[in-house]
Amino acid sequence: GDVFKLTLETDEDLVTEIRLKYFDTVPVAASMCVLRTGFLFVASEFGNHYLYQIAHLGDDDEPTFSSAIPLDQGDTFYFAPRPLRNLVMVDELDSLCPVMDCQVADLAREDSAQLFTLCGRGPRSSLRVLRHGLEISEMAVSDLPGSPNAVWTVKRFSDEEFDSYIVVSFVNATLVLSIGETVEEVTDSGFLGTTPTLQCGQLGADALVQVYPDGIRHIRADKRINEWRAPGKRIIARCAVNQRQVAIALAGGELVYFEMDAAGQLNEYTERKDMSADVVCMALGRVPPGEQRCRFLAVGLSDNTVRIVSLDPADCLAPLSLQALPAPPDGGGDVGWSAGTHYLNIGLQNGVLLRALIDPVTGDLSDTRTRYLGSRPVKLFRVFVQGSEAVLAISSRSWLYYTYQSRFHLTPLSYGSLEFASGFSSEQCLEGIVAISASTLRILSLEKLGTVFNQVTFPLQYTPRRLLLHESGQAVLIETEHNAFTEDSKQQKKRQIAQEMLEQAGADGDRSGDAQLVREMAAAFLSENLPEPVFGAPKPGAGMWASVIRVMRPLTGQTAQIIRLQQNEAALSICLCRFACNPMESYLLVGIVKDMTLAPRSVGGAVLRTYRVVGALERLDFLHETAVEDAPQAMCPFQGRVLVSVGRVLRIYDLGKQKMLRKCETKALPNYIVSVAAFGDRVVAADVQESVFWMRYRASDNQLLVFADDSLPRWVTCLAMLDQFSVAVGDKFGNISVLRLPPDAVEDDADDVGDLGSARGSLFDRGGLLGSSSQKCVAECTFHVGEALSSLRKTSLVPGENDCLLYTTISGSVGIALPLASKEEHDLFQHLELHLRSQHLSLLGRDHLQFRSMYFPNRRVIDGDLCEMFNNLEPARQKEIAQELDRTPSELSKKLEDIRTRFAF
Amino acid sequence: AISVMGERFNVHTQLEHLQAKYVGTGHADTNKWEWLTNQHRDTCASVQGHPDLLNMIAIAENESRARVRFNLMEKMLQPCGPPPEKTEV
Repeated sequence: GDVFKLTLETDEDLVTEIRLKYFDTVPVAASMCVLRTGFLFVASEFGNHYLYQIAHLGDDDEPTFSSAIPLDQGDTFYFAPRPLRNLVMVDELDSLCPVMDCQVADLAREDSAQLFTLCGRGPRSSLRVLRHGLEISEMAVSDLPGSPNAVWTVKRFSDEEFDSYIVVSFVNATLVLSIGETVEEVTDSGFLGTTPTLQCGQLGADALVQVYPDGIRHIRADKRINEWRAPGKRIIARCAVNQRQVAIALAGGELVYFEMDAAGQLNEYTERKDMSADVVCMALGRVPPGEQRCRFLAVGLSDNTVRIVSLDPADCLAPLSLQALPAPPDGGGDVGWSAGTHYLNIGLQNGVLLRALIDPVTGDLSDTRTRYLGSRPVKLFRVFVQGSEAVLAISSRSWLYYTYQSRFHLTPLSYGSLEFASGFSSEQCLEGIVAISASTLRILSLEKLGTVFNQVTFPLQYTPRRLLLHESGQAVLIETEHNAFTEDSKQQKKRQIAQEMLEQAGADGDRSGDAQLVREMAAAFLSENLPEPVFGAPKPGAGMWASVIRVMRPLTGQTAQIIRLQQNEAALSICLCRFACNPMESYLLVGIVKDMTLAPRSVGGAVLRTYRVVGALERLDFLHETAVEDAPQAMCPFQGRVLVSVGRVLRIYDLGKQKMLRKCETKALPNYIVSVAAFGDRVVAADVQESVFWMRYRASDNQLLVFADDSLPRWVTCLAMLDQFSVAVGDKFGNISVLRLPPDAVEDDADDVGDLGSARGSLFDRGGLLGSSSQKCVAECTFHVGEALSSLRKTSLVPGENDCLLYTTISGSVGIALPLASKEEHDLFQHLELHLRSQHLSLLGRDHLQFRSMYFPNRRVIDGDLCEMFNNLEPARQKEIAQELDRTPSELSKKLEDIRTRFAF
Repeated sequence: AISVMGERFNVHTQLEHLQAKYVGTGHADTNKWEWLTNQHRDTCASVQGHPDLLNMIAIAENESRARVRFNLMEKMLQPCGPPPEKTEV
């Protein structure tokens, strides 16, 4: 990753000299790009990408090497790497590339799963915890007296850039705070402090309004106050305010409407409207620019309906339309209007957010969509994101519904629970949220809009290979690196080099001054510690391995134990299992090879190390070591014992006192076993290039018998058993296949038991000749993803029963494959895919079907990403396609959104 | 098939034309060395062309992708060693 500055001296068109100078060190880059504004973008080969500002042009006193200086054969120039001097890091772009392994579980008990991914290569590796949600940064937290129940931000003038006041309402008082360098209480704002506030805001150009249970207070710019008192003993129950209009509902369901006139006076409309039921919530949209008023008022009533009431002077307070709701609306929040002024959002008490389209002319509600947000009633608040309005919906989790890069996003916030919120804008925080959470006032800022996952990263030392999670919240993982030093070897090598330096100096001469200098240099060399994630690790050469087993808590990143293996020992696989002979204890098996060469693959020695798990995976205690002949690449617990692959041989081992005891063996697989899974009596083992082999363990005569295999070669990298007949297989060329046993597959032929003593098909199994079974599994689904797959998990991402197949790729993608529930759904999506294929949306001119059928014909898998591109088509084309499918474009968009949120996010 | 143009285009030149157009085309007298060399070269080129195959080798060997590409390119020169000596018939 060293960057050099090259200067070419030219004489007309001829280059006479090249001068080379060390500039800085950045992560190893696949590509670099210099921007004219003086920035350097480094697209890293593996790991996060960086944006640097070019602070200096390298015109310092770094040694320059010139082509004019003669160099002897075998000699070279040396430079000293140093921290960044010419570049300043400005931003970091997260990248998961490469994902080596992934586990999905809800260890944090957050109601939706977290993804634990092992990413990266070399010293820049990490364990990343991916959560669905927006990252929030807490800018300020302050305690409030008593228990606040609402908060608003108010500008004093309509053209002010930042908010002036934070108004906090308590049970029997209102506190006004000014926003500036410090947050201070303000007593002369004009707001009434002795009453709780229902709503407050900025009116007209320079006036303020406060609605409280007993009335409305209109504060003019010159501090004149106009008050309107609620009639008789009635109190104001709900209200809605925008820049020119105020609508209130008195207890009992009577609507009163106020509008601001040209003189800045708030005038009450002469008539009041009696609604047939109690008003639960009200909402007014923003006044469209250039107009006098917002034409519609949305009123949610306790009879489970929402009504649109006109505010046009011609038919003021006349009802326009009505929509029945599946549950009562919630009145706890603030606003219901959302971006674009044509959407109405309503939070319901059953935790559902309902979105409906309002016709701008007639006020009719149509195209309702619902989304389940959480277990608590949904409260809505208006905030600003990227300059346009967004809705913050608070339930058991807080969600933000916003527009980003012309797409709608409904994403949860990765933050604790909030009670009330409002948009916030100040010099330090241009677009934030001020919120109340358990008697504290918090100011939050939103980061990284538009991303689906937020990542928490914990660094690792070597390339991670496998991860196992334990219910206690601990995890064990192995890191293995080729061409690397272990810590011990590194220190040893350093000392050796330092010793050589001293000996060299001693041999050259014995001038005492020089000897002192050399001693100092050697000491400096020994103490020098260039951080490996920045400068890379020293490379000893091919065939040298470094490996560790790490026990850590993935949520906090705390490492409980590191077991360092010797130089040239490489851990390949791990397995957490319980044995029938000792069911109270849990054991960790680690498959380790010594002196492995990669190509051609050969192994100097291999062992199975057994560790006893102490407590809830707090610690591992070494038990014993068992020598095996070849690399133990795959392991899996099986019926109280463990299945271990040793090269191409699959064995069942049991726990012994001194070592693992070999119980059963099969040599059925032709090359090298990469993965093994078990389901009841059935075992599925994947060969490195010959796809999967189905075996049955016959306990009566202790044999593993192959009864079915695949007819096509597949270079399997990962395996997931879907059920006892089907297995999903990912391969290194980037295909996902679902292989299923034919319905008439027989595990075991009763007649065939004889001196062959083996199941049907094993007639061919004599010494691995042909090695083929007569029963073949069928590839039910095949799909070319485009990137080599590193893990496949059958898991559920959202709370509930819906399982999907999650895959991760070496290039850093995370994707899901979801099963379609009905023939109708399948037909719809298949036709939608056909239409989108004919639109030729590919930038590179690829034919979609041809790409997805790159290695095997695309069968029974529909490309969901392509279908979702329907939302990006021009409206005319959308209409065309929708008509062919007998639907409207919004129905199709809704269907696409529904199926996505049913399984994931 | 013999071309209409006549005796000029015999099978041998057609085959050479095919071999120029589609590298690796064999014929009845293709020997093992030639056949294997073409396979090795195809594999090296394929690994360099497919990003994920290159990534897998780079991660396994702990080398940068550019170094892996360079090594593969060098290997393409004579992947199976020099051609076997032609025995005079």
